[in-house]
Amino acid sequence: MKHSVRLRGLKALAAAVALAAGSLAQAADTIKVGVLHSLSGTMAISETTLKDTVLMLIEEQNKKGGLLGKKLEAVVVDPASNWPLFAEKAEQLLVKDKVDVVFGCWTSVSRKSVLPVFEKHNGLLFYPVQYEGEESSRNVFYTGAAPNQQAIPAVDYLMNEVGVQRWVLAGTDYVYPRTTNKILEAYLKSKGVKQEDIMINYTPFGHSDWQSIVASIKRFGSAGKKTAVVSTINGDANVPFYKELANQKISAEDIPVVAFSVGEEELSGIDTKPLVGHLAAWNYFQSIETPANAEFIKKWHAFTKNPKRVTNDPMEAHVIGFNMWVKAVEKAKTTDVDKVIDAIIGIEVPNLTGGMAKMLPNHHITKPVFIGEVRADGQFDIVWQTDGLVPGDAWSDYLPGSKDIEADWVTLKCGNYNTKTKQCSGQNYE
Amino acid sequence: MPASIQLICRLSLLLLLAIPIAAQAQSDDLFVERLELLTANNFKQKEQAVAGLLNLRHPNTKAVLQALLDGRLYYERASKRVVIRAAEDAFSVADAVTLTPIPDASEDAFSRITTNNQLRKNLRGAIAAFELDSPDARVRLTAVREMLRSLDEDTVALLRERVEQERDDEVRAAMTSGIALFDLDNEDAGVRLAAVERLRGSLNSDVYNRLRALIERDDDGNPVEPDPEVRAVAIDVVNGIETRRAFYGSLETLFFGLSLGSVLVLAAIGLAITFGVMGVINMAHGELIMLGAYTTYVMQLLLPDHIGAAVLLAIPAAFIVSGATGVLIERGIVRFLYGRPLETLLATFGVSLVLQQLVRDIFTANNRPVETPAWMAGSLQINEAFSITLNRAYVVIFTLLVFGLLLALLSKTTLGLKVRAVAQNRNMARAMGVRTEWVDAMTFGLGAGIAGVAGVALSQLTNVGPNLGQQYIIDSFMVVVFGGVGNLWGTLIGGMSLGVVNKLLEPYAGAVLAKIFVLVALILFIQRRPRGLFPQKGRAAEA
Repeated sequence: MKHSVRLRGLKALAAAVALAAGSLAQAADTIKVGVLHSLSGTMAISETTLKDTVLMLIEEQNKKGGLLGKKLEAVVVDPASNWPLFAEKAEQLLVKDKVDVVFGCWTSVSRKSVLPVFEKHNGLLFYPVQYEGEESSRNVFYTGAAPNQQAIPAVDYLMNEVGVQRWVLAGTDYVYPRTTNKILEAYLKSKGVKQEDIMINYTPFGHSDWQSIVASIKRFGSAGKKTAVVSTINGDANVPFYKELANQKISAEDIPVVAFSVGEEELSGIDTKPLVGHLAAWNYFQSIETPANAEFIKKWHAFTKNPKRVTNDPMEAHVIGFNMWVKAVEKAKTTDVDKVIDAIIGIEVPNLTGGMAKMLPNHHITKPVFIGEVRADGQFDIVWQTDGLVPGDAWSDYLPGSKDIEADWVTLKCGNYNTKTKQCSGQNYE
Repeated sequence: MPASIQLICRLSLLLLLAIPIAAQAQSDDLFVERLELLTANNFKQKEQAVAGLLNLRHPNTKAVLQALLDGRLYYERASKRVVIRAAEDAFSVADAVTLTPIPDASEDAFSRITTNNQLRKNLRGAIAAFELDSPDARVRLTAVREMLRSLDEDTVALLRERVEQERDDEVRAAMTSGIALFDLDNEDAGVRLAAVERLRGSLNSDVYNRLRALIERDDDGNPVEPDPEVRAVAIDVVNGIETRRAFYGSLETLFFGLSLGSVLVLAAIGLAITFGVMGVINMAHGELIMLGAYTTYVMQLLLPDHIGAAVLLAIPAAFIVSGATGVLIERGIVRFLYGRPLETLLATFGVSLVLQQLVRDIFTANNRPVETPAWMAGSLQINEAFSITLNRAYVVIFTLLVFGLLLALLSKTTLGLKVRAVAQNRNMARAMGVRTEWVDAMTFGLGAGIAGVAGVALSQLTNVGPNLGQQYIIDSFMVVVFGGVGNLWGTLIGGMSLGVVNKLLEPYAGAVLAKIFVLVALILFIQRRPRGLFPQKGRAAEA
């Protein structure tokens, strides 16, 4: 009896040691890259393609020999458009899987949910989506557009080129549309637009009954002044919204809708013929003709084995973020988060529209701005673009609370530094 | 109005008023020259090029402008020759000047001439002037409405010329409005007075805005309209128009409320039967709706060329699919849990999770596109202030049909008789020879089948995804509790009134708060009348 127990114990011990050795060896062999995007739920329509983009980038880098002599390994989790689950999965990636970097999030509420987790465990997050600003965390790099790289230029285009005088600000009810609309309302008023010419409206995620709202937009727009809708509606609520616009016969020539969260991917699932002429503002469109973009699209079609898959702006942001991370790791010669955070500032990589993207001390990058009109085939015709690159400004100059705030992680070592009171505060959650 | 639009409209009208056409050869050269200007990259230059083309009065001008509007105008990159592409899928082009087809044209050698919103608006205005000659009254009406967007002396002169000859009433009315609208700026007070009178009762927004501006005071406090008689009549006309618009506005809100209500009723009516008759809380009801929506998607996959027929066939198919699932749930799980509502709730909740994951595994977690057939898309314009979206109108009619059928089924058929008997007094029914277990299974199946049919209707209104059920389960229970458990009329009236109240509140409170108010009001209502609007009566009715 004792003999067999001891034998069993020895076998168990041997197995445990082998397992530990095996996993240790494996950990030494690969660099883990976390992918934190919703693969189900209301945001899956937008985020699933970003997961595929990161997988393609990892495969490409591995073909080039990996990073620092090791292969990259993707760790994919599905937070299912559930914001508290985002935080749980982020914790799982950082603590259990011990990833060296995470590419993830879309909605600002998902980013705000994971922010404390990344700051507590000193993780590294590359956030690829346009957002409302008012944030600059040491552990996050914002490769998507800040309001001055998307929302403000779009409003300028409508005001100056299209002659819009009445504004409908329609958004989903969460932090990104609320903050962006605050900024836009302040901006419009600073340009002389009266309160009665601004209509603001919020709907829940996944809202599908747009009848009254579209009818009130129609009424608001028939007062004799050119009206436009600035849409921060996110996720699959966009589909019934655009369908209702088409059903109530509101054409882009009467009341154009400029959307900040609708791109080629969101349009690929709906009939775009009634939407021709509606607008979107991004820093990249698939229809931009440059050699870099053509090559990227070719690689994407080969990777997904689907020549009809579209590319969009957040994908380009992941490409830029990934390449910057790789360059920073090579510069710092380690994946250690603190060293990479220091090494990445100032790094420049080419973007897909013929320019260069540079990482700034406030953890934002330089991006060009494009306004595109929807074509019948779901692609965009570029109708306007900035002359050069716009550097991302984390703290909007149009809000009284953030006018005086600077973010600078190099000299000031602070993301929320008040230049008037000369004080640094912690992360400012709106 | 931007100068370029004025310019274009003016020139397009010069084209139509009788002016002799210049020599063909000379205008051909100029035509080619102007066409080349269209190949510029700048949109302002394109607008000028269009104005230049109109000025030439070339016979091909309309074809070129129509092609540009449709996105069918291309140019050869090497020679800058402008061509018109035919509307078919294959790339076949014809020279814009001679209209002869160009053989062996390869798409790679040509670039499309792009447009933007502003240019397209100008083009529509320009083409509208051409279309005033069309034999089709609808085309003429659209043309007049297009011209009304940018009125000037030449446009109005053209309208005055044509209004006498116009045979169609609607087109003539539109033309008269346009002329009257322009006459509001006339120096003669008598002309203005006549114009205001002619515009009485008009529902056109441009007319309303113009008249309102007329009765206002300008920045110095002086009235915009100097003549007091004209002003008095204008105020009267504006009041009349506002009353009419308010009336149609409330009609529109009523329609929105009824369509929202019909969605609620459809979703809830299956639940009213299972909850009402059997006292079973079925948390998988939402997923049964979702299965019906996915059945529509599958039908459209099977019949890709007949999506309208696919939607109609999906109705019985969804009834069978969801009904069978319902019977399975009843026979497999619910049957063993009668009299234990909490366990039923938990068990059916588990079933709902299983069904959601099943759908995710078969169809992927992303939404599936369900197309709306052509006869259900768009809207019916009753008049200028009131239109009904067709898909919603069909759903309202469909709901009433389903309700009627269900009512007939329950009151006129044997199955319905047995269902009612079991609902009123189970033991007595059993004593009378009714096989209650079989009736239970059929009732559950019926409720589930109706849920499937509701899913077909919902697939036309909202996204079809694995979470579709979750969006409607709370609303379904809300309607059933409000209307009275087990009572079909209660469900109908309860659902419709909840929908109307929600839509009445929405313009004032926003979509989110309106829902909250409705829920709070419901909670307060339930405190006073716990059994709902139409509670079951009788001694044996369960509490």
